[in-house]
Amino acid sequence: MASYSTNEFKSGLKIMLDGDPCNIIENEFIKPGKGQAFNRVKIRNLKTGRVIDKTFKSGEKVEAADVLDTDMQYLYSDGEYWHFMDQATYEQVQADAMAIGEQTQWLKEQDICKVILWNGVPIGIEPPNFVNLAVTETGPGVRGDTAQGGVKPATLETGATVRVPLFIETGDVLKIDTRTGEYVSRAKDE
Amino acid sequence: MAMLRMRATWLKQIRVFFEERGVLEVETPILAPATVTDPQTESLAIHFRHRDYYLQTSPEYHMKRLLAADSGPIYQISRVFRADGPGRLHHPEFSLLEWYRPGFDQYGLMQEITDLLARLCRAHPAVADIETISYQDLFARYTDIDPLREDKAALLSWCDMAGHECPTGVADSWSTALDWVLSIIIQPQMEGLSFIRDYPADQAALARLDTQDPRTARRFELYADGIEIANGFEELTDADEQCRRFEQENQRRCLHGQKPIALDESFLMALEQGMPETTGVALGLDRLLMWESGMNSIRETMAFGWQAGQ
Repeated sequence: MASYSTNEFKSGLKIMLDGDPCNIIENEFIKPGKGQAFNRVKIRNLKTGRVIDKTFKSGEKVEAADVLDTDMQYLYSDGEYWHFMDQATYEQVQADAMAIGEQTQWLKEQDICKVILWNGVPIGIEPPNFVNLAVTETGPGVRGDTAQGGVKPATLETGATVRVPLFIETGDVLKIDTRTGEYVSRAKDE
Repeated sequence: MAMLRMRATWLKQIRVFFEERGVLEVETPILAPATVTDPQTESLAIHFRHRDYYLQTSPEYHMKRLLAADSGPIYQISRVFRADGPGRLHHPEFSLLEWYRPGFDQYGLMQEITDLLARLCRAHPAVADIETISYQDLFARYTDIDPLREDKAALLSWCDMAGHECPTGVADSWSTALDWVLSIIIQPQMEGLSFIRDYPADQAALARLDTQDPRTARRFELYADGIEIANGFEELTDADEQCRRFEQENQRRCLHGQKPIALDESFLMALEQGMPETTGVALGLDRLLMWESGMNSIRETMAFGWQAGQ
């Protein structure tokens, strides 16, 4: 089994902790002048998304997590699983609702997503930072209604709801930032 | 550039300070055939003419050899190297101000450090108000642990109760467990300037033991807002005892799979010939600069930070 020593710790390193794959977010080296050194790390559990603080005795070995970020094309959902394909090998994987989480609202067929594979099984996905989605439903937006700051809700083809400017109409294609869930602009004709 | 100017001013002020007090500035080798045996301090080695030489982790042994040759009080501003970090408070190469005061006890030297800080640290009027507290009292203030009574079960149950998860392997050795409690739990809560004195005996390889209470050693450290700034000892002058401690450290190195380090025979010989009773301290200049100027990492106090090779 591959392992890392604490002096190889750096952000982005994937390790196993209590049976779950984790990602090191921050690593701080702490050492008294004449004593034992420690690594204080901030770690994200890749299965639950929870972030915890933990200290390790420096020099300790920690099991490496066989975690791989792979770009894959989202194909379709059969209701239970979401299917992705590696465009180089045509290999397909299926992710369950646990792995997809709230990202389902940004998944559009044929978009390229980052799929986080642990021992070959998807445990999480990252949609592209920006996606283009069509508006399926939005109200007319009453002109002069600035109490809402000049925005109204709109439902998109994937089911997501975002706040959009009043001039947006049903059928418009919008560019959305998936990291913040915010409207960016109308998609340019491509 | 403001940082560089401040560093230059400090160097000047330090030299004036010691000249006024009749302490001699010395320079000793940075590259030498021997190094420290401390299992927690790894030296960087350089291969030269078919053997290893070490970049010094502190000028201590050489300076003590000068003391044994009756140099009188001496100080040095030197670059030292440790196979550590880099991190916010660590850098493989950094600046150490180290000085030795024959005839001083730890309280005399703590007073001199206070005087020096009053000269250097203008941004912190608190230097006039430095607390001195024993290691045991410090633990009593923040925990229920008595560092002088080894009781791992009590330590673990206190950590558990206080919600601190003790990492694996830490409780294997009492001194490692104490290091962990101090650096992870206590230090982040410390404020202002304080001297911690009377360290547990096994946390002080080069200090003499307290004759009143041999569970403690005549070692002290200076902390600024929880950051370790300086480390001082009433120095061990007994060559046999020193040799024993080196050998113990080498045994611990072997136990942890580290290479044992050849003992520094020249240093031991100097002790044998007789080093005067002395108190010495090493002070991290970069960290003190960082604290005084309100920077977040020692890197920001340096002209060029550590650059990792590709």
